[in-house]
Amino acid sequence: MNTALLLDMVADTWPERVALSCAGRTLTWRALREHAAATARRLREHGARSLAFLDVNGPAAAVAMYAAARSGVPYVPLNYRLSRSEIEALLSRLDAPLIVGPSRGYEGLSVPAGAACVDGAALLDHANADATPDPHADPDPDAVAVQLFTSGTTGAPKAALLRHAHLAAYVLATVEFGSAFEDEATLIAVPPYHVAGIAAILTSTYAARRMVILPEFDAAGWLALAAAERVTQAFLVPTMLARIDEQLRHSGTAPPSTLRAIAYGGGAMPRPVIERAMQHFHAAGFTNAYGLTETSSTICLLDPEDHRAAASSDDPAVRARLGSVGRPVPAVEVEVRDESGTPLAAGQVGLVFVRGPQVSGEYRDAGSQLDTDGWFATRDRGWIDPAGYVFLDGRADDVIVRGGENISPGEIESVLREHPAVADAAVLAVASEEWGEAIGAVVVLEKAQSTSAADLKRWVRERLRGSRVPEHVLFRDRLPYNDMGKLQRRELRREFGGLA
Amino acid sequence: MKTLKPGLRLKSAVCSTEIMVIRAPALEALLACGGVEMLAMTETTAAGGAIDPAHAGGTLIGKRYVDALDRVEVLCTRGGDGSLALDGVAMAVKQAKALPSSD
Repeated sequence: MNTALLLDMVADTWPERVALSCAGRTLTWRALREHAAATARRLREHGARSLAFLDVNGPAAAVAMYAAARSGVPYVPLNYRLSRSEIEALLSRLDAPLIVGPSRGYEGLSVPAGAACVDGAALLDHANADATPDPHADPDPDAVAVQLFTSGTTGAPKAALLRHAHLAAYVLATVEFGSAFEDEATLIAVPPYHVAGIAAILTSTYAARRMVILPEFDAAGWLALAAAERVTQAFLVPTMLARIDEQLRHSGTAPPSTLRAIAYGGGAMPRPVIERAMQHFHAAGFTNAYGLTETSSTICLLDPEDHRAAASSDDPAVRARLGSVGRPVPAVEVEVRDESGTPLAAGQVGLVFVRGPQVSGEYRDAGSQLDTDGWFATRDRGWIDPAGYVFLDGRADDVIVRGGENISPGEIESVLREHPAVADAAVLAVASEEWGEAIGAVVVLEKAQSTSAADLKRWVRERLRGSRVPEHVLFRDRLPYNDMGKLQRRELRREFGGLA
Repeated sequence: MKTLKPGLRLKSAVCSTEIMVIRAPALEALLACGGVEMLAMTETTAAGGAIDPAHAGGTLIGKRYVDALDRVEVLCTRGGDGSLALDGVAMAVKQAKALPSSD
């Protein structure tokens, strides 16, 4: 199924309902389809074989994505925060792209031969809208729908491919057609180049839920927009929720009362942040969504009922589920295996594998990375509890192998963060002649607090096994996170200089 | 008779119904709407066909329909006045499990 059909179904059924609102502008479902059809025609006229989107989020992103779908060419949203040379390097990897945007800051950008550029605003020009689109465009359902360059925290960006069949399978398995009430609105604050930004457009469309787009996130702006637009649902990455929590505590503003569902994902959520968020937004249901670019977004959900049960339980096993990513969505299977590939029993930590119709696991150059039975290695470590709840334990690549012992940075980071003087901490492997790898910690102190490396080592030794005590401790003013809140471990490794 | 496979789209010969096959084993089957075999999207409809009153329950856009043996599942992408049947047996609406929004 081509994802353009999702928009066709909604535009046929509720043509005059509002599809999206952004910066004072609104588009109906009918208008969104007409603009997408006009842009699809423009793609054909240019002979474009891909559509690159290089701008902040906004109505043009949704138009561009559906236009690419109608034409059967890949939609390639690019990270506009990258340096000019990084963007040029990514553009050079695209096949005859039509580049949408940017409206500012990229004068003289060098583009590959055969590329054409168009301003995002032109995609929303009423004069260009195609009032008589083919009623039901049906381009190749097996075509690549979206190409996303993964953030590349450990190497050069890989081009992950999601085909229409994967994205449509995700939408059909998780969303009921037209299930949103007419007063519902979802606040989209993630950038267009993140898989959650793609999924948000598709699932909001199929639910016929109005999208309110915040082009660039900041906590005060998010709170103001949520209140002004009477937003009922939202998706946030942990860093965003942490900043909203901070803003609410320090400004004394009341949280928007209309919010009834908040989903979060895209990284590990610190327990204090989610617990405080559940107090701020006590009327809202919280959902933790775990997914990867390669899996067409969400593969596991911890739903609002799970959150409430965990928060109010005296049973430590149930309470611990607040730190779980929940259970697989329909049609998705999750399995934990050891290093040799043998499936592990409940409770045992290993590598997380996933299988299902929404799982792509395909890259532009490397091809499909699914094994012969269709399983994809997420490279996340984790375990599954006896009730089927999935817990994550960091990335396999981040595991420290110290003298043959596998050590997960996560548990040491958690213990360091519990120290009263510590605001944030990251733990990583440091080269060691004695152990192969030793443990390095980079610590950020709370304002006006002090401690020593010796004190922190003692703190860890009192709480964990001796092999978990960091050999090296560095103090820094802040840790390097990317704009989606992902720790840039590669940069931290450089901090240890000759040791790493 | 048509070979049903996921992704296949068909339209009714006698009403506005359009469907897409979501799930199907490799099998030859007669998928009908309004009592008349459904057509490929590219086929042109012979005018004058009528809905069999025994198959006039209608289809609803966005609903999924499954056959009595739960082998074949289709999604209605456009509603109409005819109802769906697989090899002469009426297909039923599949009840979906509600999930919270996660994006």
